[in-house]
Amino acid sequence: MTRGFSENPHRSSLVRLWFRDFQTPYMAQPILVVIEHGARGINPASWEVITAGQALGEALGLPVEAVVLEGVEADTVCSQVATRQLAGVRHAVHSGLVPYTPETQVQALVQVITAAAPVYVLFPHTYQARDYVPQLATRMARGLISDATGFRVESGRVVLTRQMFQGKLAADVVFAGETPHFVSFQIGAFRGDKAVLTTAPAPIEKVSVAPSPPLLQPGEPFQEAKQAVDLSKADLIVSVGRGIKEPKNLDLVRELAQVLGAELAASRPICDSGWLPMDRQIGSSGQTVSPKLYLAVGISGAIQHLVGMKGARTIVAINKDPEAPIFEVADYGVVGNLFEVVPALIEEIKKRKG
Amino acid sequence: MKILVCLKQVPAKDAPIKVAAGEMWIREDVTYEVNEPDAYALEEALRQKEAHGGEVVALTVGPARAAQVLREALAKGADRAVHVEGEAAAQLDCFATAEAIARAIPGEHFDLIFTGLQSDDYGFAQVGVVLAELLGLPHATIIMHLEPTATGIRVKRELEGGYFQNVDLPTPAVLTIQSGISKLRYATLMGIKAAKSKPLTRHSLEEMGVTPRLNRQTITRLYVPARSKKTEMLTGTAKEVAAQLVEHLKNDARVL
Repeated sequence: MTRGFSENPHRSSLVRLWFRDFQTPYMAQPILVVIEHGARGINPASWEVITAGQALGEALGLPVEAVVLEGVEADTVCSQVATRQLAGVRHAVHSGLVPYTPETQVQALVQVITAAAPVYVLFPHTYQARDYVPQLATRMARGLISDATGFRVESGRVVLTRQMFQGKLAADVVFAGETPHFVSFQIGAFRGDKAVLTTAPAPIEKVSVAPSPPLLQPGEPFQEAKQAVDLSKADLIVSVGRGIKEPKNLDLVRELAQVLGAELAASRPICDSGWLPMDRQIGSSGQTVSPKLYLAVGISGAIQHLVGMKGARTIVAINKDPEAPIFEVADYGVVGNLFEVVPALIEEIKKRKG
Repeated sequence: MKILVCLKQVPAKDAPIKVAAGEMWIREDVTYEVNEPDAYALEEALRQKEAHGGEVVALTVGPARAAQVLREALAKGADRAVHVEGEAAAQLDCFATAEAIARAIPGEHFDLIFTGLQSDDYGFAQVGVVLAELLGLPHATIIMHLEPTATGIRVKRELEGGYFQNVDLPTPAVLTIQSGISKLRYATLMGIKAAKSKPLTRHSLEEMGVTPRLNRQTITRLYVPARSKKTEMLTGTAKEVAAQLVEHLKNDARVL
């Protein structure tokens, strides 16, 4: 059974625990969870990876430790992380780690990982992880299974699952070669609020690292325009994708949003084409929403879109392609021509609302 | 500037993907197209060449059919192409793919290497960054815009949640390009004609020693994912479907 939202602990870990102790008499090799944090605090996806790490640790009988690299309020981040059930928190200290660059991050983590000798190193599959974890794994001559959605343990071997072909298929994937193995988990694959708490905070250990100065000169993060619309507050959202074909057809979904009293949103291609402003975009590069109703019109449901809306209470999808991944997360699905279904829906809603 | 653009041929967006017997890969009887972010990587390379001069080289790692993406790149304005060819290409992981690219370009000394930020088939989002590490070059990911500076380039990176960041980096460098950052050009008739006389170099994956044995991760099974949610599919005429949906919105979702 694949772990993800599942909560059943694996019971067969004792034998392996003993075996590992036998191999490494001093201390079991840990699982490391690398915490992502920045000016806006801990990236919430990091809590999800702590949950994943705890589940993996339990299944394999291995201790789980967190790694926090120097950054804004890193001491606070360490104490927050230490409230979760962990064997320890390694706080890597060096002024050269702020601001983030991939090179300094990689150098620092190579030092931390070499000292900790972990079996697994886990990350959230964020934009930042995508920027440096492949480099880190390659520098350590290891592999990275990226964007994993879950795992299970089969005869002592960890099998990861990941989506392929834009979520149309899934794959079981295993590592080839030596540990440590690097895994990044898809945002939303585990529940951050399920991370087990502890009453006795995990010990925080400061470790010093010494990255050399980076070649990159990073600038401050900035926003293009003040976000005019906060879609995260909307109860009802009508969202439109490529299936709408032409900008003039947007009037149709505008009318649907209007009769429903919903906000209008869109998938990335619509905003990229300038048909709707960027602040209407849902997904990993746009806003994350969890409204009461998310009505997706002509959206196929690329992973990057799904992570931004799969928390909606009720999801309705209208799409011509029965294989579209959006149907995987939908409560109600309509396979059909949106140019016929949407006008009929508008009529029906008008009729109901009088 | 001398720019290498790495392009991948992937199943077309609306292609009906079916798992092949053996559950290790898909049935190959689908239509293919260039991976969308890679198309934007090529577009950006051509725009840089038009603005600042230089050369654009298109490269793909793929089986014989993948030559199509190179022909298209040449027709759109790339100067020459490199095909790292082998039937095993689809079974290479991100590390082995990056290794294949690195081994195909010794002595080329590109100023910039572009890849798309991820592919629509595997979706690793790794090849560009792994390639940078193998070549010992700096990199930046999810690039929206770039311009040359006195010492290298300045790029605009996309961050999460509507944030961006400018980064200065020296060249040579590897950049992974975001999709949708510009308007893609079409190949002209003249371009298609001219492409026929442009050089296309072939390397064999096997002769370069790149096989799935280099992989650091292995697919053990490919399958149609189990639905995580019970989806109720509504069927009938548009009018019937609309009526059912409104019923659900009113009584179950309680939003009407």
